Amino acid sequence: MTISADWYLGVAAVLFAIGTIGLLVRRNVLVMFMCVELMLNSANLTFVTFARTLNDIGGQVLVFFVLVVAAAEVVVGLGIVVAIFRRRASATADDLHLMKG
Amino acid sequence: MIATLLLVHLPAVLAVASHPSTVDVSVFAVASAIVLAGGVGVVVARNPVHAALMLVMTLFGVAVLFVLQRDDFLAAVQVIVYAGAIVVLFLFVIMFLGVDKEENLRVEPLRGQRPVAVALGLLALVGTLVLGSVSHWTTGAHAVSGPADAPGGNVALLGRSVFTTYLFPFEVTAALLVIAVVGAVVLARRPPATRPEGSPGAAAMPVPGSGEGGAEDADEGAPADAEAHPGTGAGEPDGTGEPDTAEKAPAAAGAAGATGQAAPDVTDAAQAAEGVAR
Repeated sequence: MTISADWYLGVAAVLFAIGTIGLLVRRNVLVMFMCVELMLNSANLTFVTFARTLNDIGGQVLVFFVLVVAAAEVVVGLGIVVAIFRRRASATADDLHLMKG
Repeated sequence: MIATLLLVHLPAVLAVASHPSTVDVSVFAVASAIVLAGGVGVVVARNPVHAALMLVMTLFGVAVLFVLQRDDFLAAVQVIVYAGAIVVLFLFVIMFLGVDKEENLRVEPLRGQRPVAVALGLLALVGTLVLGSVSHWTTGAHAVSGPADAPGGNVALLGRSVFTTYLFPFEVTAALLVIAVVGAVVLARRPPATRPEGSPGAAAMPVPGSGEGGAEDADEGAPADAEAHPGTGAGEPDGTGEPDTAEKAPAAAGAAGATGQAAPDVTDAAQAAEGVAR
């Protein structure tokens, strides 16, 4: 027998919580992006676990699409960071108050 | 097979539900420790480069967990795409922007925000675990995309499913990637240099049809020469470029054939202006 699915789900939940806390705590935009990647990986782990547990390939296909969307998201997000850095010369979320009234 | 979380009965899970082999248990323990340590490292690392390397550690641990669940293809893709491409992109941007200096994590800009954030995160974690252990999340509906452990191997099954059941989402993915590439190029493009302020030629510039070039190295002699050039046409605005370049580009864009894309027109205009100025 293999490891029960509960352990994988527990690890994924803890990883998601770590990513959430990091996203809330850190102020560097790049590190915040990395915390989003942590949360995406936790979701991927959950998908794969349920794909094995329920014997359904759909979970793995969904992880495949999540990988593609994550790659696109990172590319566009880092492009935005570069564009912001050109104007503001800082990568801290506190400085992004251009839309403040 | 247990589909719900039983983390509140941790010892009973291993004793009753299944008897995993020692190799499985040890690999899972090591991989989980790597994953969680890497996650904590991303959050607490002061240097963004160290955070990126910790992220690589987490991604490798997740890949090992994928392999442990007989999911070979996604483990390979995880290592190649995530650790090979995404983290390298992170590192490239960190180095490119020069933000790889230590950040002082002791400064707390919002007073009391961190304890509240940690408390909320832990509350969400506990809530997830409790909900997962007391309720049934699976509906019992039949799979539409086939079993995960049929003979033929993981790669063949995944490929068959992607190219039959999920063919349309797969093709939409291609469009998404193209859009992402174009968006990244447009976002990270260096903006055209602004013209020197206070010069009399700058005030008289917004006349349509007097194609100036609009590029970074267009000197002051370019506008008059470009205006005197007979072949610049009426200059209908194409309207797709950025506002400051689009109103300078159309004259030469009309000469260049008005392809509708802003960036090539600007370069064509710059080349035309330079050629005329010489």
